[in-house]
Amino acid sequence: MTELNYTIKDFKSDNEVRWCAGCGDFAILNAVQRTMAEMGIPKEQFAVISGIGCSSRFPYYMNTFGFHTIHGRAAAIASGVKAANPELSVWVMSGDGDSMAIGGNHFIHVIRRNIDLNMIVFNNRIYGLTKGQYSPTSDRGFVSKTSPFGTVEDPFVPGQLVIGARGSFFARSIDGNLKLSQSVLKEAEKHKGTSVVEVLQNCVIFNNGIHSEITDPNHRADRQLILEHGKPMLFGAENEKGLIFDKGKLRVVVIGENGVTLDDILVHDAMEEDPTLHLALINMKLPDFPVAFGVIRAVPAPVYDVEMEAQINEIQKTRKITCVDDLLKSGNTWEVTGNVNGSGSSKKCL
Amino acid sequence: MKDTKVIELEEVAIRFSGDSGDGMQLTGTLFSDATALLGNDISTFPDYPSEIRAPQGTVGGVSGFQVQFGHKQINTPGDNAHVLIAMNPAAIKANARFMSPGGTIIYDSDSFTEKNLRKANFATDDPFAELNMLDYTKIAVPISSLTQEGLKEFGLDNKSVLRSKNMFALGLVCWMFNRPLEYIEEFIQNKFKKKPVVVDSNIKVLRDGYNYGMNMQHMTPSYLVHPAEIENGTYRNINGNQATAWGLLAAAEKSGLQLFLGSYPITPATDILSALSQRKDLGVKTFQAEDEIAGIASAIGAAFTGSLAVTTTSGPGLALKSEAIGLAVMAELPLVIVNVQRGGPSTGLPTKTEQSDLMQALYGRNGESPVVVLAASTPSDCFYYAYMASKIALERMVPVLLLTDGFLGNGSEPWKIPSMAELPSITPRIAKDAEVFQAYRRDEETLAREWAYPGMKGFEHRIGGLEKNVSGTVSHDPENHQVNSEIRENKVQRVADMIPELEICGDDDGGEVLVVGWGGTYGHLISSVRQLRMEGKDVSLVQFNYIKPLPKNTAEIFSKFKKIIVCELNLGQFAAYLRDQLPQFTYHQANKVKGLPFTVSELKESINKLLED
Ligand SMILES: Cc1ncc(C[n+]2csc(CCOP(=O)(O)OP(=O)(O)O)c2C)c(N)n1
Ligand code: SF4
Ligand SMILES: [Mg+2]
Repeated sequence: MTELNYTIKDFKSDNEVRWCAGCGDFAILNAVQRTMAEMGIPKEQFAVISGIGCSSRFPYYMNTFGFHTIHGRAAAIASGVKAANPELSVWVMSGDGDSMAIGGNHFIHVIRRNIDLNMIVFNNRIYGLTKGQYSPTSDRGFVSKTSPFGTVEDPFVPGQLVIGARGSFFARSIDGNLKLSQSVLKEAEKHKGTSVVEVLQNCVIFNNGIHSEITDPNHRADRQLILEHGKPMLFGAENEKGLIFDKGKLRVVVIGENGVTLDDILVHDAMEEDPTLHLALINMKLPDFPVAFGVIRAVPAPVYDVEMEAQINEIQKTRKITCVDDLLKSGNTWEVTGNVNGSGSSKKCL
Repeated sequence: MKDTKVIELEEVAIRFSGDSGDGMQLTGTLFSDATALLGNDISTFPDYPSEIRAPQGTVGGVSGFQVQFGHKQINTPGDNAHVLIAMNPAAIKANARFMSPGGTIIYDSDSFTEKNLRKANFATDDPFAELNMLDYTKIAVPISSLTQEGLKEFGLDNKSVLRSKNMFALGLVCWMFNRPLEYIEEFIQNKFKKKPVVVDSNIKVLRDGYNYGMNMQHMTPSYLVHPAEIENGTYRNINGNQATAWGLLAAAEKSGLQLFLGSYPITPATDILSALSQRKDLGVKTFQAEDEIAGIASAIGAAFTGSLAVTTTSGPGLALKSEAIGLAVMAELPLVIVNVQRGGPSTGLPTKTEQSDLMQALYGRNGESPVVVLAASTPSDCFYYAYMASKIALERMVPVLLLTDGFLGNGSEPWKIPSMAELPSITPRIAKDAEVFQAYRRDEETLAREWAYPGMKGFEHRIGGLEKNVSGTVSHDPENHQVNSEIRENKVQRVADMIPELEICGDDDGGEVLVVGWGGTYGHLISSVRQLRMEGKDVSLVQFNYIKPLPKNTAEIFSKFKKIIVCELNLGQFAAYLRDQLPQFTYHQANKVKGLPFTVSELKESINKLLED
């Protein structure tokens, strides 16, 4: 293979990017383009598939093969893309409404099948494109145009759905954190199976600041736990805080207080098959806990598209039917002779 | 001993019928296959309830299988059965109306218990008197007890023993119609390879039934039906769903593409998914999706990557797919959508046949969303139309919707096997020159765009459901939308250049009455028209397989006849479409929505009435 010397420019299309100024989607686009340029994958092997929403405009801005489809169905369409051609690097771009409201069924099933594709969930906790209705990730009581008195329903936590659907990969990032986004996107591509990356995305127009408590630069050291496989779960300005597992629950501790030492702190194992701890990390929220970021789960598991091809190859090794002519003649057939010779048309006229 | 009564027949229709659990579908299928192997032309009609096990012994739980076979061409399974095999009283009740007057009824006399008679809602102990069937030939055979007697030595429990009683009935019928048992025995041996007791017991009962007929010659008539004079060639039996699956396989092989099917199970279309799932040897990828939307969505994804992509379903599933069909229209991807119609609306009559999805196929989407619509007309020609649907989709970059129905899908007939060499070529429009490629650059003649898919270096581009300009850039320009809407419609209309012209069955120069049908009613319509013509009536038939676009010579043919009658299994959808497309003609109608095929006699009555008017 020839060296691929791509730069971010190679992944930018001619289309003018049409998101609102200040929208978090710009940063995610930047992270994706940069990361793809470094993946060592020929550009024509990328297929970027989206549904409908602000975030789903994504493929138009990528100079790759792209398909902007219909609301909620990107995961199902991408499933067909990957199953039909497992050689491709398939990326699904989907909003919180697109993936978890109208597309909820496809979302859980693509994860359950573990089809080898990468799915970025742009979680702005609002319907952006339709101008600000609450979404399946909006908190109870959230006030929006369609919930003027606050919602009376609880939100989905995307990571919980991924675990519930037996997901093999889940990561979380923030639109503004380019370094973090790039590192989780790389891991997502490397992982064989459905890789779900939730990106906390700011919608400046309809839900500005919805994640600011978490992303606030003045507090982010205390409010974000960036997980790394094999490293202790530490956070805080001086890495002085950490997590321990106590009586079946996660607990925040401070090193040096109450005799806690670095050795007591949990070491992140993203590859642990048992999802208990991963789920606990996904569930962490302010103010009692920091919010977990990075690759939370990356577990090897059988991959649908690989298994599908393997089954075909296996069966073809000993096949008796090698072409359609063989098939047509297989089973019970009989000869008619001594009658008329004709055209063979099956439509019997007068 | 008296001699057997040998009845020589041109054609005969037999109906096997019993409880849903009695194995009547298998019995009927085995008999049909054995019959076709002997060189008779056949047509079959499985007629079963949608509940897998409706309450045992009730009329609602009766499952039937009718087969007609004959010395001549057989186009229908027969309006009425000459011979009924009834495993219980409910079967007699359910099928009385499908019997030819004076026909023969063979029934399991052991099942005529007080309890079963009541379950079948007979008021008295004489069901035949109650149903006014006294002048029928009734042959009481203690099938259950003879089966038990025959399997005494096998040490099987009673339930397993009684499960074989259908084989007794089958053996008896084989004797009556001079069918040898070899084929059936071979089938049993293969099917139960791993269970030798089941093989032995079933074959024993089958032979007992056959021998019973032979020994009781004085009671059971024997029929002689000579082999049909059909064209020379190699034949097999095939049902419509299998033919559809194989037609798609043939198209994939011819075009050199991988076949991808995305589908969700639904009666009566599921068998296509099963048939293709079996063909891993030919490299087919089948994806059983989480719902019909994902079924078509995955297929659209596969079409985007350069596969021959197909989705299969029935009415309610087609409704779920409508938004995604619109996407395929807009993205101009090749896609085959097969709809095996059943009784509707809603869940309707899942196991019964109807032609009421025509409007849904033509118009059931948002926006101006034209697709090519085809309809198969016999079980075996589902092969050809599935093939043509693929050819049109791939050569014209357009979604094609193929309509079949439950009657075609489940019905079977002997089929002269074609060879791949004789099928028309298929040339997918795969882009070659990256320098000139544009997503919506079109062929001037056909208006088809080119197909470039991931993996093709230099062809990177974006498509989607939003309106685009030629280069594939999103466009909200009013003029552009008008132009593109017309292009998408014209692209479908120009398919008329590649389809055959309509043929008249009857008088090419025209005449009094033209019978018009489409799709799966062909067998009944041609039988009716043929009989009327033999009676000297001035009647001809055209059967449409290409619905949108219509064949080019449609108006020319219509203009040759004084009266036109459109016969269809709905309340007049094709007639309405023709009124819209060719408003210069007057269309009479014959319609039926009972979940059943037409009968020849009711069609003849409608046509005769029009002749007399
Ligand atoms: C079938 C269908 N229903 C509804 C819509 C309208 N619609 C478009 S995008 C959208 C929600 C978008 O929200 P989200 O998925 O969170 O994406 P965002 O715009 O926030 O990125 C809705 C309701 C549609 N396009 N299609
Ligand atoms: S509405 Fe919100 S999500 Fe949509 S582009 Fe504007 S800022 Fe971004
Ligand atoms: Mg959103």
